[in-house]
Amino acid sequence: MSVTAYLEVAEGDTLGALRSFLGRLLAEDIVDALLVPQKLPTGDNVVPTLIKNPAKLAGVDPIAPVMPVIAARALSNVTATEHGERLATVLRSCELRAVIELVKLQQASLDNVILIGVDCLGTYEVTDYAKLIEAGANPTAELLAGAAEGQPTAHEGYQFRAACRMCEKPVPGGPDVYHPDITIGFLGLDPSQQILIEADDNLAEKLGLEADVGQVDNLSGGRKEVIERLIAERTAERDRVFAAFQEQVAGMDGLLAKFSTCIRCYNCMGACPICYCKECIFRTPTFDHASPQYFRWAERKGSIRLPTDTLLFHLTRLNHMATSCVGCGMCESACPSELPVALIFRAVGQETQAIFDYHPGRSLEEEVPVATFREDELTELGERQG
Amino acid sequence: MNDDFEPRIIGFFCNWCTYAGADLAGTSRIQYPPNIRVIRLMCSGALDPVYVIKALLEGADGVLIGGCHPGDCHYQSGNYKARRRVAILQSILKQMGFEPERVWLRWISASEGRYFADTVAEMVAKLKELGPNPLKGVGAV
Repeated sequence: MSVTAYLEVAEGDTLGALRSFLGRLLAEDIVDALLVPQKLPTGDNVVPTLIKNPAKLAGVDPIAPVMPVIAARALSNVTATEHGERLATVLRSCELRAVIELVKLQQASLDNVILIGVDCLGTYEVTDYAKLIEAGANPTAELLAGAAEGQPTAHEGYQFRAACRMCEKPVPGGPDVYHPDITIGFLGLDPSQQILIEADDNLAEKLGLEADVGQVDNLSGGRKEVIERLIAERTAERDRVFAAFQEQVAGMDGLLAKFSTCIRCYNCMGACPICYCKECIFRTPTFDHASPQYFRWAERKGSIRLPTDTLLFHLTRLNHMATSCVGCGMCESACPSELPVALIFRAVGQETQAIFDYHPGRSLEEEVPVATFREDELTELGERQG
Repeated sequence: MNDDFEPRIIGFFCNWCTYAGADLAGTSRIQYPPNIRVIRLMCSGALDPVYVIKALLEGADGVLIGGCHPGDCHYQSGNYKARRRVAILQSILKQMGFEPERVWLRWISASEGRYFADTVAEMVAKLKELGPNPLKGVGAV
């Protein structure tokens, strides 16, 4: 069972209330360390930070609409091997779902880890976020201002990342999203007054959280409505973008055109939380061909573009990880050629996931499709047809 | 349909069943179309989709993946894993505008030399209907 309570926000300082809440996890000796987003000293970026000293919480901002790296990778770094520490980490929905995939892929561990999910309305590209800060804007405050209505309004002249604009899973514990140990909610609330905290019984007791049933019911009603509306809007946007994509890639020419500017830098792979292989086949000499081979290809085909194997790379990466793609869009943000890789991987991922009725990041029990099988599935495949 | 078109098929066969089945077709002197080039693997479950995609992007007209019948895998479950991978691969190829009918998975045992020969003949006929791989002359892949 869980307890839903609300946290009073003093003097409209939402971040202050969040920092003191997180600080209590350290102060009450519930955890030894926090892995949370924190402002860099320059102020123009917010990055996952591992904190042991409660005095270092001043720049913590789990709401800032920017995600330079996906925290799932950071959590993998700090938990993949035995560490003996108790840790709490704050994650947005896509990060949380990526963590669940990485745990199942044995690249992260939840032993002694408290997962704290936080509502997310969207994130800017890192460069856009830096520009906003430079222009004196306060992206966190702007985001919180739209929380009550669930209206993800980006700063004028800017927009959230493409992956965020079509993200229909903005809430931890929402439809097809893993239910974290603690949820921090601000959608449908006035976060200058209060924040929703949902925690399992055990943690709620340690944190001294008490449910005010009447008030919580009241809040939850509005919150539920706002979340449902946001999800419906995002789902519509997703379907619109997917349909446009399917039209574009219909036929081989469309596909080739889509990937024609790929320079095979592998940035998408490096930014992807699911691509964890320590020795990816594309980082080996497998596709470093002997010089005469290139000339033979050019002879046979008339001409070949260089670098070769760009489409091979993307199609292979799709085969390897699309069933676990959480749609975080980090691949697209990392692409110097601005290829719509997030859209392609999400659209294709969704279809392949549907074959196995698999929802990445929903549950620790559902096995990753490429790591398992069932004897009684796909029985026509492999049999003589007709 | 172009009568001159002879499809080129790349075969990925498991050592224990399909490769032995193909071998049996040969030692039994069963005729089958010479359109297939076979690569032997220890198990169909050892086939990374990257090699199937590479074959297709290089202009192979079809890829035939052969494994042991369900329940017969020498390594217990490799063929079931291969089956999932082929399902994923076909789904991705289809969505990316490529013809998934060029990728075949067939369970062919060591005793099924005749079935192996029939399968190759059937695949050649189907690929002739489908025509050459559109990527054959494309250098921008």
